[in-house]
Amino acid sequence: MTTEPTSLEQATILARTQSAGRNWRDRFWQVVILSILIMAATVSLFPLYWLFVTAITPASSTVKLPPELIPSHPTLENITNLIALSGTGGLRVLGLDGLRMSRMLLWFLNTLLLALVSTGIHVLFDTMAGYAFAKRKFPGSNVLFWMILAALMIPGQVTLVPLYLMITQFKLVNTFAGVLLPGLADVIGIFLLKQYIQTMPGELEEAARMDGASEWKTFTSVIVPLAAPAMAVTAIFAFQRYWNAFLWPLVVLQNPDLFTLQVGLSYLYNSEFGTNYGLLMSGAALASIPMIIFFFAFQRYFMQGLRVGAVKG
Amino acid sequence: MRHIIRFWHRHKWSYFFIAPSMLLFFLFIGYPVLRAVALAFQKVTLRSSEWVGLKNFIDVFSSQLFRDAMVHTFIYAFCVVAAWILTSLAIAALLQPFNNKVQSLFRGAFYLPYVTSIIVISLVWIYIFQPDYGFLNWLLGLFGIPRVLWLQDPDIALWSLILSTILIVPGTGVVLYSASIGSIPRELYEAAEVEGANAVQKWWRITVPLLKPTTLYLMVIYTIAGFQVFERVYIMTGGGPINRTTTIVQLIYMTAFSDFNFGRASAQALVLFAIIAAFSFVQFRFLSTDVEY
Repeated sequence: MTTEPTSLEQATILARTQSAGRNWRDRFWQVVILSILIMAATVSLFPLYWLFVTAITPASSTVKLPPELIPSHPTLENITNLIALSGTGGLRVLGLDGLRMSRMLLWFLNTLLLALVSTGIHVLFDTMAGYAFAKRKFPGSNVLFWMILAALMIPGQVTLVPLYLMITQFKLVNTFAGVLLPGLADVIGIFLLKQYIQTMPGELEEAARMDGASEWKTFTSVIVPLAAPAMAVTAIFAFQRYWNAFLWPLVVLQNPDLFTLQVGLSYLYNSEFGTNYGLLMSGAALASIPMIIFFFAFQRYFMQGLRVGAVKG
Repeated sequence: MRHIIRFWHRHKWSYFFIAPSMLLFFLFIGYPVLRAVALAFQKVTLRSSEWVGLKNFIDVFSSQLFRDAMVHTFIYAFCVVAAWILTSLAIAALLQPFNNKVQSLFRGAFYLPYVTSIIVISLVWIYIFQPDYGFLNWLLGLFGIPRVLWLQDPDIALWSLILSTILIVPGTGVVLYSASIGSIPRELYEAAEVEGANAVQKWWRITVPLLKPTTLYLMVIYTIAGFQVFERVYIMTGGGPINRTTTIVQLIYMTAFSDFNFGRASAQALVLFAIIAAFSFVQFRFLSTDVEY
């Protein structure tokens, strides 16, 4: 006697074959999608890859076909040549004028110095202002905050000429102060920190005051530790911006000893080395490696920062 | 008097906390903005200035070069915004089925080019576009396509600048879209499935409308960035050949720092500001929504 499968068994078998089919189909689509994503990432990352490959390819091999997609004779001659050929100059800060070195290294130090000092001052001032706007009621706070918001709308090109005339008047053309000072006025950090500090509970602050801590002490020992994540995000984006800044340093700086990396690279490109791609790319590599390491070290904060920025908008 | 002293004791710390930022703000943003407006109505040299009424604006609008720069900037901004919105949306959607680890790996990969400067990336593109031993002409040569003068041909140079911009997937867009898609409640899709909706319907009726706030934000920041394109133009073509890639900011830079015509440069900058403000306003008007989920 043959037994017909019960409807329950039928359903189970049907479900099994269907889900096997669906699994297979899902797997197939996953592979297709993954290939598309990998292709997009390859195209997107190719310029960076090409930058580093060219940086370690002997200069003679950069001007022949076919291009060496994987360097056959990797070399560091480009970077040593660049350091030797970019001329020498002295660091123009802290009276270190006597200390002479290759311009390429000088540009690196100039950029690092400007970016670190700017970022430090920026984060301190932004946190102070963000705290005042978030937690302290004082006459004028609304008007001032409204002005800051309005300033977010104004493109930097509008203030370019007036700022240039100002630093000319103050005799700050060709100085680090001329690069640094106008660059410090940026309101986005104040906004971010205000939003963050607003969400912090007020009890700790009150407790510190009860214990007789001064206002400054309350700020440094209660507000700063709690606001640290938002300060980190602000610092990271500020550092990236200052490290990569181009137009303003280009306008302010004329003495090659004072250049930043970005201005120096554009200067190199317009010099006799403009067609020595190995040399140029090794300079470009030197300018981007610190930011790439920085990104991998703080990737989490970068991603957070992007989202915070979007919530604001 | 006592009033003032009491006011001071009560608020001095608040003013102390905002003083450094506000000083910088008024000195280097507030005052320069007002000065820019004044400069736009003046003839300015490094030593003197005199009022000339609307002359700078008349010069700006009657100049063929400025009109060309506007056209180039509009073309650039339009292509870049459209391409960036579409690619970031597509990539974010494709990333969705994968687990967190894979997603964050790709997000990192797509954001990576944006941590380096535009100057650095543009220098690589100059080499890639190099007519004789550049990578791109070599690659096209493999398919029998003849040599293209990417940055030297007046009819092509602007498109090459656009190509160099859109071939790098916009990292910010991918990160933001993929976060927003991830936060759409699963129940909405399940409910739609119960109603018999297919994948395409779910995409157009649920995903796309719920992403509107992100789309608006990205459109606004990308449009602003597109209109302000400068560094890649400055270094890759310098506005050439024969001014065919001059954009508004490139023109502002040239007017101010090579012609030293500060008044006209300020007028150009204010026109740029007006264009950006108008576009942002229109985008907010048409795309803003009060969708909550």
